[in-house]
Amino acid sequence: MLAINYITEALASIGRSTNAMFASIGRLVLFAVSAVSHMLRAPFYPRELFAQLLKIGYFSLPVVGLTTLFTGGALALQIYAGGARFNAESVVPSIVAIGMVRELGPVLAGLMVAGRVGASIAAEIGTMKVTEQIDALTTLSTNPMKYLVVPRILAATIAMPLLVLIGNIIGILGGFLVGTLRLDFNAAAYINNTVDFMEAGDVTSGLIKAAVFGFIVALMGTYSGFHSGRGAQGVGQATTNAVVSASVLILASNYLLTELLFPT
Amino acid sequence: MSPQPKIALKGVMKAFGSNQVLRSVDLAVDKGSSLVVIGGSGTGKSVLLKCILGIIQPDAGEILIDGATLKNREEFLSHFGMLFQGGALFDSLPVWHNVAFRLRQGKAKLSKADAQELAIEKLRRVGLKPETAFQFPAELSGGMQKRVGLARAIASEPSVIFFDEPTTGLDPIMAGVINELIREIVVDLGATAITITHDMSSVRAIADHVAMLHAGKVRWHGPVGEIDTSGDAYVDQFINGRADGPIESVR
Repeated sequence: MLAINYITEALASIGRSTNAMFASIGRLVLFAVSAVSHMLRAPFYPRELFAQLLKIGYFSLPVVGLTTLFTGGALALQIYAGGARFNAESVVPSIVAIGMVRELGPVLAGLMVAGRVGASIAAEIGTMKVTEQIDALTTLSTNPMKYLVVPRILAATIAMPLLVLIGNIIGILGGFLVGTLRLDFNAAAYINNTVDFMEAGDVTSGLIKAAVFGFIVALMGTYSGFHSGRGAQGVGQATTNAVVSASVLILASNYLLTELLFPT
Repeated sequence: MSPQPKIALKGVMKAFGSNQVLRSVDLAVDKGSSLVVIGGSGTGKSVLLKCILGIIQPDAGEILIDGATLKNREEFLSHFGMLFQGGALFDSLPVWHNVAFRLRQGKAKLSKADAQELAIEKLRRVGLKPETAFQFPAELSGGMQKRVGLARAIASEPSVIFFDEPTTGLDPIMAGVINELIREIVVDLGATAITITHDMSSVRAIADHVAMLHAGKVRWHGPVGEIDTSGDAYVDQFINGRADGPIESVR
């Protein structure tokens, strides 16, 4: 009898968790649909959009630049060491370039922006919720979805491809610096190899990924902030949720997008 | 025949999970009248205000504005102002922009210069200097933030104003100043006002009528002049701040 009770309790617990998970997914999907529908209907807040473009795009440049610079350098060292095992050291420029623009540029930039911007959005909106600023917006005839959510999602979706484009160039520069200064590649040959082997599809696929990652980061940040619990603990939890969920979704969607963009 | 109330609640109910906060609330506020809702913490006073505003949807009952259910919330909100408990000022905007926020939205929005001029005028109305307009909310004291919140609430000269615990966290002198300001503003604008508070000095300074909320229902409702002779043990205990009485106090 006791064993049956334990099994029933365990099954009920699994059921509750599954229900809660589907309810959360449903809420997130409804939130995303509502945000997208508000993007298409006036009023618009161009000033807010511009402010968010600066905040999300311009101010993320140092962290994305440093991340891709060091990653490009490390990638050059790794590919050189790996390539040396079968006398293929010359592939370093092309593999660094393709690796950066297709995968590492968008994914690393996405993860860094999730940490920097996703957390900041969740904390800001969560605090606004806790201090009734979101209710105040409503009473001042301003739709919080239009004023707070839409500018952030649009800005992140626009800014991320630009960030990744610049990050890619800096990452390739990192590989170039390590290749020429540390691994004794000829500078002109390194640049020629980089340019010759890269195709337009390599770059555009990375930029498409970047736009999707930007959307995910801002969506999870705004959603977590809007559903923040009370007090400092609630806002802290919302911030953690925003970063963790955005990071996991970026990695999962990266795989799906790679399958879609580069079918084998 | 009594005039149609500006705001009327009929059988409004709201629960959060198993917690039944409002259990059939009936209440009416006449046009141009000031109602103060009193009651202990957690009795659903703020929920009541948010139900009227449509921020929270009631589970049952009717909320009537000018005798009709609210069909166009935007229209209602365009003639509405609210002072929030903590001020709820937007941290990222200077004070003048907070005050003139509503007037900087929409097709008929004011220019920056006009908005600043109007904000300074409203700030002066609540006893703040023009320089305050160019400060950020974080640079102001609690009392000044409340005044800025008040200036924002009256910026568009609303016909309905809600005050959510207007004197919480203020010293007695500042609380007195805010109470006087609220009374003056409500009278000057001829607005219909609902205030929720625990503070009996606010009640006596602001109210025309008082309603006491207890256990999710309106326990007593009457003119402020009759509150001391209500004959209701719950009201007596609350207004005199006694620990002993029918209202349970958790120790």
